[in-house]
Amino acid sequence: MTDTTSISNSEPAPKPAPASGGFSFGAFFRSPAAGAFMGFVVVFVVFAIFGFSRNFLSIPGITTWVNFASLVGIIAIPVGFLMIAGELDISTGAVLPAGAMTVAILSGHYELPVLVGILGALCVGAIVGFINGFIVTRTQVPSFIVTLATLFAVAGLTLYLSILFINNTNSFYHAPDWAKTLFGGKVFGFNSSVFWWIGLVAAFYFFLHKSPKGAWVFALGGDQESARNAGIPVNRLKIGLFMLCSTCAAFAGALQVITFNSATSQANFGLIFNTIISVVVGGVLLTGGFGTVMGIVFGVLTLAIVTQAIGFTEIDRNLSFLIIGVMLLIAVLMNDTFRNIATSWSTSKKK
Amino acid sequence: MSDKQPVLELRNVDKSFGPIDVLHEISLKVGEGEVLCLLGDNGAGKSTLIKTLAGVHQPTNGEIFMDGELTTFSSPREAQERGIATVHQFGGTYPLMSVGHNFFMGMEPTKGFWPFKVYDREKANRIAVEEVQKMGITRITDGDRLVGGLSGGERQSLAIARAVYFGARVLILDEPTAALGVKQAAHVLRIVNEAKKRGLAVIFITHQVMHAMAVGDHFAVLIRGAIAADFRKGDKTREEIADLMAGGESMADLEANIEGYMETHEGHVPPPAH
Repeated sequence: MTDTTSISNSEPAPKPAPASGGFSFGAFFRSPAAGAFMGFVVVFVVFAIFGFSRNFLSIPGITTWVNFASLVGIIAIPVGFLMIAGELDISTGAVLPAGAMTVAILSGHYELPVLVGILGALCVGAIVGFINGFIVTRTQVPSFIVTLATLFAVAGLTLYLSILFINNTNSFYHAPDWAKTLFGGKVFGFNSSVFWWIGLVAAFYFFLHKSPKGAWVFALGGDQESARNAGIPVNRLKIGLFMLCSTCAAFAGALQVITFNSATSQANFGLIFNTIISVVVGGVLLTGGFGTVMGIVFGVLTLAIVTQAIGFTEIDRNLSFLIIGVMLLIAVLMNDTFRNIATSWSTSKKK
Repeated sequence: MSDKQPVLELRNVDKSFGPIDVLHEISLKVGEGEVLCLLGDNGAGKSTLIKTLAGVHQPTNGEIFMDGELTTFSSPREAQERGIATVHQFGGTYPLMSVGHNFFMGMEPTKGFWPFKVYDREKANRIAVEEVQKMGITRITDGDRLVGGLSGGERQSLAIARAVYFGARVLILDEPTAALGVKQAAHVLRIVNEAKKRGLAVIFITHQVMHAMAVGDHFAVLIRGAIAADFRKGDKTREEIADLMAGGESMADLEANIEGYMETHEGHVPPPAH
């Protein structure tokens, strides 16, 4: 995974950047992914040094955090889209178990085909996302409160329905071989979810940075009123983003249940923090209007190393939360700096 | 008023919100290549009038004509499609997006084919820079530059250039100079003249008489939702207009000494002192 794609994206085509020579140093610093990339490199190098004798660089060492990153990452990127659009979605912590339980109940308990289970999970996600988006666009209630409400509502409903249908809050499900390979297999220790994540990163990258509609997402977070005046279907786009986010969370739940053969209806509150930390460490502005897909990818990877791979190093496990806290603070402070560099940067002489 | 058909005309437009009457019997017209200045103090109903023109509000009574044809705008989108462009005080720009993106927001040029249509950055940047330079802003040379780094006047100019490029026929400028410094304001006034030269009908809303005098052909003073005066360029002096707006002599006295500059310098503000 390299940063070349996001660099070439913001690199000015007609004129090379002055003063920095050669490869566009300025364009790299302008990119919000730069901070996230450097943070990732620093954390990786430090952990590699302290973990050299404890298998941090071995296959199990690497797959531990990459596998974790893939599940968080599948959700973090659409959460990042929403943050760029000026909204927040914390209902993902309930939608993931809801998606997992849907697969386990439909395909496991009722023995329907696995694709029906997955489709059911995606539908559950889409419906929750639609409700989130609909309430946020029709009322003045901040999305934080709306999704906080749906977080608890969905979590409660998942528990209640699990008891109602299977009389258990946990469930087991063994997918058929082909589905196990496709959604829950392992290649050199990497779960299938890693490959799904890579595919989704490519699709999300294309959408946000290459397709013409990507700019609309930034416009929503930049100035919603102007976006509406410019003829952008603000409400439809926002509802779409909420649906994308919840659908991705449900899909991550489906991948999880097929990978681990079990599902729980307990809400995953840690996931909420993990996705938001990844997005902020990834250089997305809390107030919206600024951010990149590659930045979020590095944010997720950094978070995954710190929380998951710390056992493969000589660093005390208990320090991982401290590191995350400090990292988050640095990231927020750096993001301001990067934004200032970005706005004042010009590839040609200013005056 | 010229004999030509006005592009946009209001006849006896009233607007009330419930029991509160905001606009009474507003009649206005603006033709091609003409600048209509709407003057009024805060709370005079300027914003409501703009929103009625831009299709956000529908008039309670009265009629809107476009090219002599009775028209109703059911949404801002519809007004836009008919060629009415509104530029707001802060230019309606996205500070953390590039000049090219800002210029083409909602109308992005693309290349390639579905589903791999991509935003054509080079084309967008090239056209945006060309158009902005045509309007006389030569400082913008790089379409990748973020708009947050531009001055307020440049942002306004970018928004006006955008409206002109996308074929606006009526340009509504809502207090474009209110938040700007003197030099920046002069910049924007030049752009307004440029738009006028290109045959756009411009409705310029302001409470700064000085700025209105510099570009206006036709003036209307709005007081408490009604048109208190309607006159052409040269019919009234600056003091008289200021009196009308503020309803007091003191205002005119205060501003009188600044005014001399505009008269003797063809509407331009003085160069900065060195």
